Amino acid sequence: MTTGRPAGDPWQMATVTEVRPETRTAKTFRLTLPAPAPRLAGQYYVVRLTAPDGYTASRSYSVASAPNDSGEIELTVERLDGGEVSEFLHDEVVVGDDLEVRGPIGLWFVWEAQSPAVLVGGGSGIVPLMAMLRLARQSGQSDLLRMAVSVRTPDDLYYAHELPGPETTVAYTRAVPPSATRHPSRLSEQDLAPLLLPDATAFVCGSPGFADFASGLLLGLGQPVEKIRVERFGPTS
Amino acid sequence: MAKPTRGFLGRGKAARDPRLPPGQYDAGDQWPVLTAEVTPQPDLASWSFSVEGLVGHPTTWTWEEIHALPGSAYSGDIHCVTTWSKLGVQFSGVSVDTLLGIAGLEPAATHVMAFSSTGYTTNLPLADVTAGRAWVVWEYESAPLPVEHGGPARLLVPHLYFWKSAKWVAGLRVLDHDEPGFWEQNGYHDRGDPWLEQRYQGD
Repeated sequence: MTTGRPAGDPWQMATVTEVRPETRTAKTFRLTLPAPAPRLAGQYYVVRLTAPDGYTASRSYSVASAPNDSGEIELTVERLDGGEVSEFLHDEVVVGDDLEVRGPIGLWFVWEAQSPAVLVGGGSGIVPLMAMLRLARQSGQSDLLRMAVSVRTPDDLYYAHELPGPETTVAYTRAVPPSATRHPSRLSEQDLAPLLLPDATAFVCGSPGFADFASGLLLGLGQPVEKIRVERFGPTS
Repeated sequence: MAKPTRGFLGRGKAARDPRLPPGQYDAGDQWPVLTAEVTPQPDLASWSFSVEGLVGHPTTWTWEEIHALPGSAYSGDIHCVTTWSKLGVQFSGVSVDTLLGIAGLEPAATHVMAFSSTGYTTNLPLADVTAGRAWVVWEYESAPLPVEHGGPARLLVPHLYFWKSAKWVAGLRVLDHDEPGFWEQNGYHDRGDPWLEQRYQGD
């Protein structure tokens, strides 16, 4: 149960080696870990900021990169207005900075590329699912996985250049790219029905409203309730 | 204390509410929803709450029966492991003391496993759910508890991180030993005291 946890102090000082924008409101931070640990696709790390007076602020961020031996992780962070940690990460942190982190954490919302999975993400909820998609592709197991992502407009789509593939579909709700054949509309059973692999576990991630909506679609298509795992990204900042 | 993060000044100790445990922030009017399973459809006609296991009189209450018990309220703070806290909130329902008193604890009892209609579980020492420290609640701020926050009724153990306050609670199983519940099997701390920052295994 303690896999992925360095002995003793669980916190370590990571170094930011790359910062790149995903959208106008999301950035991916690549961190090099001095004490990397085995991890699973879907897990998260906690980032802790410390002020000179000892005050701290911590938030959890899903890892977007696939598990690997690089000693690096990538966290994609949405900038929330008034978000004490996300605003700092977006507005202040640059390559070369040190950030205190602990992880990986979470043994429930994880996929080990050993059984079929259907991933349904809304907005920033794509992040832990991206780790699963990347794992599937890197390990040659894309046939085990299907993924649907719901976003408002093309400008809101994370990982836009990497995402397209035979196992993925994007549902735009407000505006579509010029090449699209699907009209802008809410994610529907029609979008998800082709993705439901037999015996698949569904992983749903997004805002509470999206998570409930997407879970309802899956239930309506006959996906068993006990085979739906949900991660709700609360309006925490 | 860890080395300060370059450029991070924080919000300053003066602005910090002493009711906030270490590492927590005040969520204000927000009440984030964080659950691992599909939100169930509430059905008061079939709702029940049971106390089973090491008790003299295993008991199941219907929605009407549990409302007929003496009421009890909590006013204070709640703390989620994901670092938000809500300060000065009010819940009402029934004290777990009342429920365990009716069922009658056997002398060997040491722990309870709370279980929910969704299959969610969480483990607690008896000492954390007795002596006025735990409730089954169905009202929040004098209104029915919303389903996304665990309604029709949830466990409330406000002195521990809020994953211990099982949403959609369906009963307590009284045990003579400790065993890990859902999140406790999935990387979280066995007890979860926010003032000791017992967030994850190993804390």
